[in-house]
Amino acid sequence: MNSFFKTVAVTAVAAAALMGGTAVQAEGERYILVSHAPDSDSWWNTIRNALALAGEQMGVEVEYRNPPTGDIADMARIIEQAAASGPDGIITTLADPDVLGDSITAAVDAGIDVIIMNSGTPDQAREVGALMYVGQPEYDAGYAAGLRAAGDGVTSFLCVNHVISNPVVAERCSGFADGLGVDLGDSMIDAGQDPAEIQNRVIAYLNANPDTDGILTLGPTSADPTILALEEMGLAGDIYFGTFDLGENIVAGIRDGVIQWGIDQQPFLQAYLPVVVLTNYHRYGVLPGNNINSGPGFITADGLEMVEALAGEYR
Amino acid sequence: MSETQPAAGGPDDERIKEIGGLRTWLIRPELGGIVGVITVFVFFGILAGDSGMFNPQGILNWSQVSAQFMIIAVGACMLMVAGEFDLSVGSMIGFAGISIAMFGVVWGLPMWIAILITFVICIAIGAINGLIVVRTGLPSFIVTLAFLFILRGFTIFIPQTVESRTIIGGIEDAAEGDWLASIFSADIMQWLFVLMADWGWIDTFTRGTREGEPVVTGIPMLIVWALVLVVVGHTILTRTRYGNWIFAAGGDAQAARYVGVPVDRVKISMFMVTAFCSTVFACCQVFEFGTAAADRGILKEFEAIIAVVIGGALLTGGYGSVVGAALGAIIFGVVQQGLFFAGVENSLFRVFLGVILLFAVILNTYVRRIITGER
Repeated sequence: MNSFFKTVAVTAVAAAALMGGTAVQAEGERYILVSHAPDSDSWWNTIRNALALAGEQMGVEVEYRNPPTGDIADMARIIEQAAASGPDGIITTLADPDVLGDSITAAVDAGIDVIIMNSGTPDQAREVGALMYVGQPEYDAGYAAGLRAAGDGVTSFLCVNHVISNPVVAERCSGFADGLGVDLGDSMIDAGQDPAEIQNRVIAYLNANPDTDGILTLGPTSADPTILALEEMGLAGDIYFGTFDLGENIVAGIRDGVIQWGIDQQPFLQAYLPVVVLTNYHRYGVLPGNNINSGPGFITADGLEMVEALAGEYR
Repeated sequence: MSETQPAAGGPDDERIKEIGGLRTWLIRPELGGIVGVITVFVFFGILAGDSGMFNPQGILNWSQVSAQFMIIAVGACMLMVAGEFDLSVGSMIGFAGISIAMFGVVWGLPMWIAILITFVICIAIGAINGLIVVRTGLPSFIVTLAFLFILRGFTIFIPQTVESRTIIGGIEDAAEGDWLASIFSADIMQWLFVLMADWGWIDTFTRGTREGEPVVTGIPMLIVWALVLVVVGHTILTRTRYGNWIFAAGGDAQAARYVGVPVDRVKISMFMVTAFCSTVFACCQVFEFGTAAADRGILKEFEAIIAVVIGGALLTGGYGSVVGAALGAIIFGVVQQGLFFAGVENSLFRVFLGVILLFAVILNTYVRRIITGER
């Protein structure tokens, strides 16, 4: 019994010590970044690294928040909560404007400066009263990718969507289809988040539709298992394969010729620039006049070294 | 509880043991919850007192989150007292939301009809859950686990097939002026908050179209629903014969059957209550945010069960209290939101949540055992 309580006490003290360690107050302004990403989405690691780096360089306090299961309604509560804690600025995605719009507008009305990053459009950002939008216009990026693939002779494709619940991300697929000049139809599959499931669904689709000559994945979550699926089917390097976002496996895939190109929306800039913009706005009253497009940038086998060195960390 | 015959209850009756007032109070299942609520408020008062957690917006924020937990915890608690589990709560929330959107927006029915149809469907599914459990004798854990997947599957399949999307918006427009929808989404007592803003007690918006309006416009119906469900649930459980049947069905189903309690009916009705609570949750969410999405409510079943267990209910059934579950929901909500306000790093936040939940349950159990001498 005694030792039991001792364990509990030690745990509590350790927890309190850790908590103290993370709650250190930095000098200056305080900014909160709220994303829509579930805990399982490793792509956001770059965002967190860039956010921390920007906070360090600018001498401001930064915090990262996300809904653990990716539930957008929970995210709305997190934005309300962030606003209630009275930060100088909130940087957030606009994964679903219907759900998040009111919470963001209320924060803006309460005197907090908001920058929309990653998901959303410049128009939507203006509607909710944000200062600007920093990110990659998804449809346009998909369209550009579609044109490129059409030029390379692709005629039909599979779009592996691991975030079917986010309509903004799905626009990449429809943009790609339009750029390619084909009907989206059943080309987009709901792959889920589990690697093994994604792999099997890609295999199943390609078996059922053997004339598919192009694949588009929407991020490392869907790209990594797709690479494995293609290797298993002996199609790696044979089938035209483009992807959004970067990660270690994607970079390796580009180097090995399995993936033709990766579209980098440069998440680093999406987290870094809003902190810099907000800090300078609050300190010196200067604000860029336009939205900032962080992407799309096509990454191919040329000039891959630096990308390779920093993939998954800052790229 | 109120069934004791006065004639047999005289002071010399050996079946009745005198219990002091303090002791009666101490063996209540809510005790751990009360201790826990005081603890978390003191804890966060010290740790996050000046972080905005206790300004009107902050209070509204954790109250709303707690109220959400409370709504599903009431159903989960009554079902758990009746000796069963429901793991389909989270999927039911997503399902009910999509159902409202399909009937009300996609198929264009008046919103109040869409809501009523949804309640009927969901409560019927609850009844099916219960029926399968009592007919087959399978653990409710397994049966409702199956429904977790069945409902989630339909929730994605139906809007995907009909509309080729999994998020359906436009609910705000469709629900405009609808009497039943407003029961789930309105803010009440707005005059009070305007008054408080005038007195300078609460902040007002400093710019934009809502300049001068209070930052908190009223008490959301979500919170009202939570309180109403707690009061009704508590009354049924402690003040009615049906409440006694629920305890009996969960405590010892066979013994209850011998004394004439319709155990099967009681259990099925509690599955229906759980489904009802999930649908209330879904309605509040759908009409507050204006969209229904297929991935709403993931993991909410566990959050409901956590709240109930912190609130002092036994996982084995037959013991628990709706007020305790409500206190558990408050603890859960305040801890979850409070850690944000305290500036705890996001990934560590769940570690602390786990530690504090564990601590609350252990405290709860030990305090009760030490005081009651229960082994």
